[in-house]
Amino acid sequence: MTRLLLLAGLALLFAASLLLPVGTLASLWAQDRSLTLAILWELRLPRAGLALAYGAMLGASGAAIQALFANPLASPDLTGTTSGAALGAVVTAYWLGFASPLALSIGAVGGALGALLLLLALAGGRAETATLLLAGLAISALAGALTTLALALAPSPFAFYDAYEWLMGSLVDRSLGQAAFAAAPALVSILLLLRLRPALDALTLGEEVAQSFGHDVKRLRLWVVWLTAIGVGACVAICGAIGFVGLVAPIFARRMTGGHPGRAILPAALIGGALLLAADLASRSAPLGRTLPIGVVTALLGAPFFLWLVVHMRWRLK
Amino acid sequence: MTILEARRLALPGRLEPTHLAVEAPALVALVGPNGSGKTSLLHALARIGGAQGEVRIDGRDPSALAPDARRRLLAYLPATRDVAWPLSARDLVALGGGGFDEVATELDLEPLASRRMDRLSTGERSRVLLARALAPRPRLLLLDEPAANLDPAWQLRLMAILRDAVAKGQAVVAAFHDLDLAARHSDRMLVMSGGRVAADGRPAEVLAGDAIQEVFGIRREGPDWALI
Repeated sequence: MTRLLLLAGLALLFAASLLLPVGTLASLWAQDRSLTLAILWELRLPRAGLALAYGAMLGASGAAIQALFANPLASPDLTGTTSGAALGAVVTAYWLGFASPLALSIGAVGGALGALLLLLALAGGRAETATLLLAGLAISALAGALTTLALALAPSPFAFYDAYEWLMGSLVDRSLGQAAFAAAPALVSILLLLRLRPALDALTLGEEVAQSFGHDVKRLRLWVVWLTAIGVGACVAICGAIGFVGLVAPIFARRMTGGHPGRAILPAALIGGALLLAADLASRSAPLGRTLPIGVVTALLGAPFFLWLVVHMRWRLK
Repeated sequence: MTILEARRLALPGRLEPTHLAVEAPALVALVGPNGSGKTSLLHALARIGGAQGEVRIDGRDPSALAPDARRRLLAYLPATRDVAWPLSARDLVALGGGGFDEVATELDLEPLASRRMDRLSTGERSRVLLARALAPRPRLLLLDEPAANLDPAWQLRLMAILRDAVAKGQAVVAAFHDLDLAARHSDRMLVMSGGRVAADGRPAEVLAGDAIQEVFGIRREGPDWALI
């Protein structure tokens, strides 16, 4: 029942993202049908599709990372994955001189992979919250500083200006082709993450019991790291770094699965997609006369939630 | 009938190469000081952490089986009572592949069924985790300190449950710290020391032998144990 409601909400948000404001679109339809279709096909669809794919990827990978680290405060952004991906993309674009979506994606996936492997080396397999957050913070800070440095020293004097909107996280003005470059790897990663559900659920009983069940925990860890790096990296390459969705979505998803961390991957993906679609709608309906970067919206909503989580709930919300 | 046969079982740095055969029905007690290799032997039998050597349970190699089949062959209960996520007791038992209702009565779990694991006492959590291992009725139960955290009555009920499992044809290999509890209820006792089996035999013979004195540094004084 909850899942049906979630699916209905997701479909509603997707339709809203395509069609709002309906009045304007309807009057345009009366005047010029081909222009309306072009707007829907070339502007609205990539944007809504990217929001859905990126949000779902953040939700699914957040749930998988939280299950892997047995820690509800792990997520792609708090582990430094998204910052690593941003660094990889910036270096590829401004230093190596490759700006095609494929090259950016490869650079971002490399950066994300580097950040996750560094985190595993620093914090270990099943990390204490403090170790995990500190290691993630250090990696994020390092990747952020290196990104700024790479932009400041870039051969192009306009690098900062160019990259600003992307760095803040943006779904605006992406073509269908670009959207596909993010959505396809995200979809494949989510589907493969779903196959890891039983092993991730077994980790609830600890690594040793999961091994006694016959799950190869080392291989499981590498699968989660690779799939997260590929899916999140590809999305960051096209849309920049978007925070907090990967933290928040799994926490709500586990409420629907009785706490099962692996089974939460699918609902976390749906909630993540819904959250990013909603954040995108909020970013373009804000009465500020211009569209806010979507990363700013998720941070404005997500950061207070994170604070509330840390201060009041501590371990209870696991 | 041989239910468990293990050859050249070893974990580098923790367990010396060990052979072990267990005939069903049998409750085998593992005793030994802290760090003597009890957990390592259980790990090696459950194929955890890169264990070397061969294990056959009912003639089958557990490493070659998929998780579902493997959970009917063996269950491993670790000494830690930590659970990473706050599942309900019922859901937690189901993670082991068995049904909650099958073990709820003997472990008195009905009142705990829908309660979250993080809101149970350590003893209650121990019972739920034990139920997780027992519920699939595996051929071989590998239990690390199943009596820890249980009150005296529950320790006795635990031993009765294990005897019952053995009577139904399962085999149990379990580590204990209470020598007398282990001796009274087991069919066979292994004394571990320095990552190898220092003594192996009927509990009465093992307790009467020199191994306990040498390994633990304690000796019998009437009904009690005393430091040497």
